Amino acid sequence: METIPGMKYISALAVVLVMWGIVSWMVGSMLIPGPIDTFLRLGQEVRDPAFWKHVFTSFYRVIGGVACGFVTAVPLGLLLGANEKMDRWCSPLIYLSYPIPKIVFLPVFLLLFGLGDISKILLIALIIFFQLLLTTRDSARQIETEMIYSFNSLGGSRLHYFRHVVWPVSLPGIFTSLRVGTGIAVAVLFFVESIGTRRGLGFYIIDAWGVADYTGMFVGIIALSAIGVILYEIFDLLEKKVCQWKQI
Amino acid sequence: MDISPDLLDVEHLTQTYGNGAGDKTVLHNVTFSLSRHTSLALVGPSGCGKSTLLLIVSGLLQPSGGTVTLDNVIRTGPGRDVGVVFQQYGLFPWKTTRDNILLGARMQNIRVSEDTLTELVQELGIQGLGHLYPNQISGGQRQRVALARALLLDPKLLMLDEPFAALDAITREHLQNHLLSVFQRRRFSFILVTHNIEEAVFLGRRIAVMNSEQCGIQTIIDNPGMGRPEFREHPDFFRQVGIVRALLKDQ
Repeated sequence: METIPGMKYISALAVVLVMWGIVSWMVGSMLIPGPIDTFLRLGQEVRDPAFWKHVFTSFYRVIGGVACGFVTAVPLGLLLGANEKMDRWCSPLIYLSYPIPKIVFLPVFLLLFGLGDISKILLIALIIFFQLLLTTRDSARQIETEMIYSFNSLGGSRLHYFRHVVWPVSLPGIFTSLRVGTGIAVAVLFFVESIGTRRGLGFYIIDAWGVADYTGMFVGIIALSAIGVILYEIFDLLEKKVCQWKQI
Repeated sequence: MDISPDLLDVEHLTQTYGNGAGDKTVLHNVTFSLSRHTSLALVGPSGCGKSTLLLIVSGLLQPSGGTVTLDNVIRTGPGRDVGVVFQQYGLFPWKTTRDNILLGARMQNIRVSEDTLTELVQELGIQGLGHLYPNQISGGQRQRVALARALLLDPKLLMLDEPFAALDAITREHLQNHLLSVFQRRRFSFILVTHNIEEAVFLGRRIAVMNSEQCGIQTIIDNPGMGRPEFREHPDFFRQVGIVRALLKDQ
């Protein structure tokens, strides 16, 4: 059945709003403000430049973190996936460090890189890094022997191999990882912004909570969620554009 | 070194896997030659080293011993003189058929004119498919694209590894005829690896029967009738098929 584009999104959003309304009504709007109150307040906030400063700060921190994770993890993942020997050397190190909850290094990062943006961006990058590294490496490993022979028979160099085979083979996996990573990055963003900063939506939410402004708190939650949704959609659109062959 | 009139000279080729006591020899002392504009079909049971031999001659696998000489030059790796077609097509699903065909030329910085490409594509009956991805076309069309890709740089030798094994009987026969007509128009030689005796007799000007116990070529027989599509219906064809079948049964 043909559906209007975006219809699914709108109906899912409607379900969430209705459920939110019901919970708010059951628990009481003092603790959980309903969607109408929250959106009215959001309407006021978007006219305040201070609110946009928080949004913008959170946005560049999360983008910066994902970008740093991407430019370090993806090349390394491609290299390890395509190079068995190197992978054998690095694997124990990765397996050892993968299960460590990197988020506990926040105090260390704050000590090393200060209270500014760098410590926050780097912690997001570190967490995204491991996830992207493993998925990229595993995607790059999928190349079948016949594919390698076929490529070699065409007389390409090692660099060509990465460009024409390893990179396109790994792209769908990289995009999946980026989409999953978006949720993680926004969660980490909230955590890093709740400590030692006066800017960003994490601070905005915690600050509103501290003064019992629960409607303000929900406005912050919605704005942070919107960042997550926008990033997710960007990666989704990019994948559809770049991996056209996968859609067929 | 003597100058050989042959296009291809394979001498004392040996391939062993593993090291030490558990060595597995796949090819042992394989020697044969191939003249210009002719074809050789390699038949034999599974595991007799057919595909290994093809990979070595293509320059895709380094032999444990022996040499492969093409046009009096010892081969050390793949090159534009040899085109290869694989059983599972070996096409890159993320590239359009046009980009698949042109990839080798692009990587080797060889300019291919639009006319050359159009002519080749028409010759192989795959015009109008350039913008499609491999999974949008049929198995037979994919193998034609793979053939076009291998032939684009005008190789002296074409290597075909079970190229029609994944296709249905009618498509296979159609493509066998097509390969034959392309072969007759162009000046390349080809080596065809197959486990299908009829295919070997239809396409091989000479037929090498391989033996897994000897790890090499048991015998090479001449097949002078090869070269016409009607050969398939000729009594000589069935006689040759019988001879090859008997040779394989004796192993």
